[in-house]
Amino acid sequence: MNIVVTLKQTFDTEANIVLKDGKIDATGVNMVMNPYDEFAVEEALKLREKDGGEVVIVCMGGADSEKAVRTALAMGADRAVLINDPALDASDEWVRAEVLAKAIKDIPFDLLLAGRIAVDDQSSQVAVRVAEVLGMPSVTSILKLDVDGGKATVTREIDGGTETIEVPLPAMLTAQKGLNEPRYPTMPGIMKAKKKEMKTVTLADLGLNAADFAPKMTAPVYSLPEARKAGVVIAGEEPIDAVKKLVKLLHEEAKVV
Amino acid sequence: MNFDLTEDHVMLRETVRAFAEEQAGPGAEERDEHEEFPMDLWKQCAELGLTGVNFPEEYGGAGMDYVSYSLTIEELSRVDASLGVTISAHSSLCANPIYKFGTEEQKQKYLVPLATGEKMGAFGLTENMAGTDSSATKTTAVKEGDEYVINGTKIFITNGYYADVYVITAQMDKSKGNKGITAFIVEKDTPGFTFGKKEKKMGIRSSATYELVFENCRIPAENLLGQEGGGFKVAMTTLDYGRIGIASQAIGIAQGAYEAALKYAKERVQFGQPIANFQVNQFKLADMWMKIEAARLMVHKACYVADNYDNRTLSPYAAAAKTMASEVANEVARQAVQIFGGYGYTREYPVERMMRDAKITEIYEGTSEVQRIVVASHILKD
Repeated sequence: MNIVVTLKQTFDTEANIVLKDGKIDATGVNMVMNPYDEFAVEEALKLREKDGGEVVIVCMGGADSEKAVRTALAMGADRAVLINDPALDASDEWVRAEVLAKAIKDIPFDLLLAGRIAVDDQSSQVAVRVAEVLGMPSVTSILKLDVDGGKATVTREIDGGTETIEVPLPAMLTAQKGLNEPRYPTMPGIMKAKKKEMKTVTLADLGLNAADFAPKMTAPVYSLPEARKAGVVIAGEEPIDAVKKLVKLLHEEAKVV
Repeated sequence: MNFDLTEDHVMLRETVRAFAEEQAGPGAEERDEHEEFPMDLWKQCAELGLTGVNFPEEYGGAGMDYVSYSLTIEELSRVDASLGVTISAHSSLCANPIYKFGTEEQKQKYLVPLATGEKMGAFGLTENMAGTDSSATKTTAVKEGDEYVINGTKIFITNGYYADVYVITAQMDKSKGNKGITAFIVEKDTPGFTFGKKEKKMGIRSSATYELVFENCRIPAENLLGQEGGGFKVAMTTLDYGRIGIASQAIGIAQGAYEAALKYAKERVQFGQPIANFQVNQFKLADMWMKIEAARLMVHKACYVADNYDNRTLSPYAAAAKTMASEVANEVARQAVQIFGGYGYTREYPVERMMRDAKITEIYEGTSEVQRIVVASHILKD
């Protein structure tokens, strides 16, 4: 079975977010593979180990995204396509889905896997939109996957429980935490990754025209959450008065009681 | 001239760091307390290819360089120095002499399973009367037909009992001193080869340290490693490269202690503010950082020399790097405990273990005094 995994490089989840001139500043930030995409890569590798076939990584991003792609190759993916075009720097979810879908069309596949969300912009849109563009079903937030012939049986997370769904393949499935435990790249895997194909393509290489992909959506303002305020100390009062004051503050200021 | 790590180095470091923090970190304190050998972690290291980082792919290794090896030992030791020395002794002291001095048959038979981690290795040089003075080796080897018969006792052997393959030295002609010393490969479970006492140690308590006892232990003649009388050279070359492993272990301990102290200094409040606000602690932390940076550069320089030159060139660089790194590890771990104050002296925080673990790096694989002899003989040789 041939599997395509779409992945994205994101900030390390422990990174400190800094705004510079109204934009998110990536200077000095450690970049990693989106953690949810790691689940998708792991699931693809497990399926390949069971049924054979090929695991192909498709990633959109600048040259620095090579790191995340190489990590997926070191984990064991067979080859990768990196879509790198300056015209995509300000892309929105629509553009990303259209372009990824075009790149995926050129690859023979039976199944598409992706993370359920990217930890940076948290839109959860691109994978399902790719499925939409390609005219196939998608199932999100999967916790368990069994593939049998032309169909997949998946368990997905819903509010307060799980549901099991059967879906014909090809389909796009997005991985939730709990689907598996991603492997570490092995040292021989890191060395082998250097010899694996990583094809960098532009919009023109995909037969697309940059002018057709002006984003429909822009993000004019980024802001950081308000800094946490210092705590209030109620001092120098009789215990009974202090408690009264505390309850009043909890009720009126913090609005928790 | 370039100080950047390569993409491979960065990926390796991130992988080993994640593995160490997630898998080795949680049980490190417990293993130290109970002197419990990290057998499960050893197996996981084997799966990741950490047991043969710097050996060629054709011999079961990852085909990486010495910087990769150093980063591996550093990252493991940053979390658990016992695991670090387990991998270092296996790689540097057993797999490496077989790689450097073994015949093709020996490499196929022993190096391949060592590098893949199917088998664990150890090295037996030290005896009760032959520490720094290896010419006093009392273990003997006598050739009888197509066998060597070995008699004697080795002490302080890292990975003893758990290892499957042992590179050991024995005296074949006492009159020749060092030139009579010969190296052999001995397999576990060879009749006549047993284990004596397990050492109770100050630090690296979850690494295994055993006596090896040979009583008319017969090994096939093809298990001679190198030449008869060539064992001193095998041992000294092995230690030249091995010092990179111990230096890296020391850097890892120092880094772990420094990071713990830095975090604690920012959190611990006294006189109404974090103690990191006090200049006395800032200077301590700055000194730690500077010393680690300097020592790590020396270790990476030694790695570069190991990758590009022979062991004679490496010798003073490895000795200097090991001395610097081990002394830095002790100083940094000691100051880390100081920053933690009373808590640092308890087993509630890891710096107590790190300070105990650091001491051995100034002693094994050549004491700091021996390293200074190596360096002095290099700078005074003309």
